[in-house]
Amino acid sequence: MPEVLKAPLVVEFPFTRSLGPVQSAFLTGLRERLVLGVRTSDGRTLVPPVEYDPVTAEEIRDLVEVAPTGTVTTWAWNHAPRRDQPLDTPFAWALVRLDGADTALLHALDAPGPDAVHTGMRVRVRWAGERTGAITDIACFEPYDDGPDAPDGRGRAEPATHTGEFDDPVTGIVATARLDYTYSPGRAQTAYINALAEHRNVGERCPSCRKVYVPPRGACPTCGLATSEQVEVGPGGTVTTFCIVNIKAKNLDIEVPYVYAHIALDGAGLALHGRIGGIPYDQVRMGLRVEPVWTEGARYPDHYRPTGEPDADYDTYRELL
Amino acid sequence: MNREIAVVAFAQTDHRRTSEELSEVEMLMPVLHDVLGQTGLKTADIGFTCSGSSDYLAGRAFSFTLALDGVGAWPPISESHVEMDGAWALYEAWTKLLTGDADTALVYSYGKSSPGPLRDVLTRQLDPYYVAPLWPDSVALAALQAQALIDAGDTDEPALAAVAARSRADATANSHAQLRGPVPHGEYVVRPLRTGDCPPIGDGAAAVILAAGERARNLCARPAWIRGVDHRIEAHSLGVRDLTDSPSTRLAAEKAGAFERPVDTAELHAPFTSQEVVLRKALKLDDGVRVNPSGGALAANPVMAAGLIRIGEAAARVHRGESDRALAHATSGPCLQQNLVAVLEGDPR
Ligand SMILES: [Zn+2]
Repeated sequence: MPEVLKAPLVVEFPFTRSLGPVQSAFLTGLRERLVLGVRTSDGRTLVPPVEYDPVTAEEIRDLVEVAPTGTVTTWAWNHAPRRDQPLDTPFAWALVRLDGADTALLHALDAPGPDAVHTGMRVRVRWAGERTGAITDIACFEPYDDGPDAPDGRGRAEPATHTGEFDDPVTGIVATARLDYTYSPGRAQTAYINALAEHRNVGERCPSCRKVYVPPRGACPTCGLATSEQVEVGPGGTVTTFCIVNIKAKNLDIEVPYVYAHIALDGAGLALHGRIGGIPYDQVRMGLRVEPVWTEGARYPDHYRPTGEPDADYDTYRELL
Repeated sequence: MNREIAVVAFAQTDHRRTSEELSEVEMLMPVLHDVLGQTGLKTADIGFTCSGSSDYLAGRAFSFTLALDGVGAWPPISESHVEMDGAWALYEAWTKLLTGDADTALVYSYGKSSPGPLRDVLTRQLDPYYVAPLWPDSVALAALQAQALIDAGDTDEPALAAVAARSRADATANSHAQLRGPVPHGEYVVRPLRTGDCPPIGDGAAAVILAAGERARNLCARPAWIRGVDHRIEAHSLGVRDLTDSPSTRLAAEKAGAFERPVDTAELHAPFTSQEVVLRKALKLDDGVRVNPSGGALAANPVMAAGLIRIGEAAARVHRGESDRALAHATSGPCLQQNLVAVLEGDPR
């Protein structure tokens, strides 16, 4: 079996998310260098604050301001920070219960090494220089020496109520995310793509129903069986159906209008799709006979053009629509 | 309606660091054919099909629809998909059979973690406002839980290493496992967790067939009857939870009837050594219970399939007469966030 194909695949998206009133106040507060929590009906203070009580599911809206200092409740030493994490030098992940809060906030803790970190240690917020209303407005936590460790960490500051009102509140966040993959299409599609680079269309035949799939995906979806017998089809084919594209796609250097069609290659059991060129868009029709056009060095056909043969009879492709 | 439903067949792939020579459907198809072959059923005989997978793992949109090619979904079949571990697909299929809408169900799941940076990919399931922007990876979050357990005196690093060693030693009898036999415990990945405390990253697939009542008896010599299944979830904010305990697991086990009588076997989905400590405590498992004879997720952890494999392994032990009453557990999310418990029994011998 030839070497399987692989290619880098980057999946990247900027998620735009709106905020509820509690989240908005919390993230706007971070921008203004203060930390807000939310009170539950049984008197607990949740930091980071949520819109609904995690126990009762009750809507909660009473905000309080807690201290920017707190106590580590658990931690983990990260000696090899990953690309998008808060610090690019070794740091501790920590859950920190801020003074006045009953729950802990996850963030990075900047410390010289694992020996300098322990559960119960006192820390304080290090604010980011540029703040936009995001959890990353807290750059990280840093050690803070204000006397003996308090395992509980509470009672140092009684949280004061806060209206949650700010000038120019943050109402949404844009969370960018990028993941880098190395994609492999597997056995059947590797064989197809390699043959295509040699200007051959090679599909695979189902051992049961004998249908030839182009491009092959490795299985016959009707029979649920693996396909493996390779069958060369085309190069000519028949337009089974088509549409006229009138809107220019971003980053696509094709003049509109153009025709995008389903093309049943001769010998194939289903149609693939491609652009039709070499003929005015309004003269493309079902049954039109076409052949692929290759450009220099291309691994796949640029488009399909009419062969000049008479149109195919409808009955020859009706099952392939 | 009170119907008896059983796992009557189970199959899994050999789990490997990479399966790059296979597409997802190419990887999945052999296990589908395996369970159908064990029961003599054809696709057309299956009343309901349910699958579990996540497109994020391989970065391939709508991969679950392509995976359906392996089932033979034409003419159209009754089918569903969960963007979760296959254990939750089994839960959906079990409820479908309970309603009487179907007598048999095919459940499968698969995961290809090899194409992507799994530790980072899994951060995308976290709270998008407060947590995901920090990209805390799956090992880091498990390490926070492990440290909490160490601080509480529930475990220590040597005890965690012993969990790892026992799991991989047991996996020597499991030809499908990815990590078998002595494995160095290694350096810290995120302290206190070392490489040996973490599951292998790999690709794999699994499938089971469920059947109701007499149908199950006809398809399997000793069906693994599902006496109960339940799943529960913790609050999503890590800082709200007591990371040393798993009340959701305990509640799911209670609802599934796990505490009514002792089990002899438990297949726990504990990808990290420290999580087995939490689960043993939550499930009140004593030393008489055989835990993870398959080697568990520390020996093979194909994400999205590893939970279903726990149910399959427990059922297979009932099928083989090696267990009379087994507990299977599956988890999802960071630090055992969501937990499913199933109780399986064989007919008296
Ligand atoms: Zn076929």
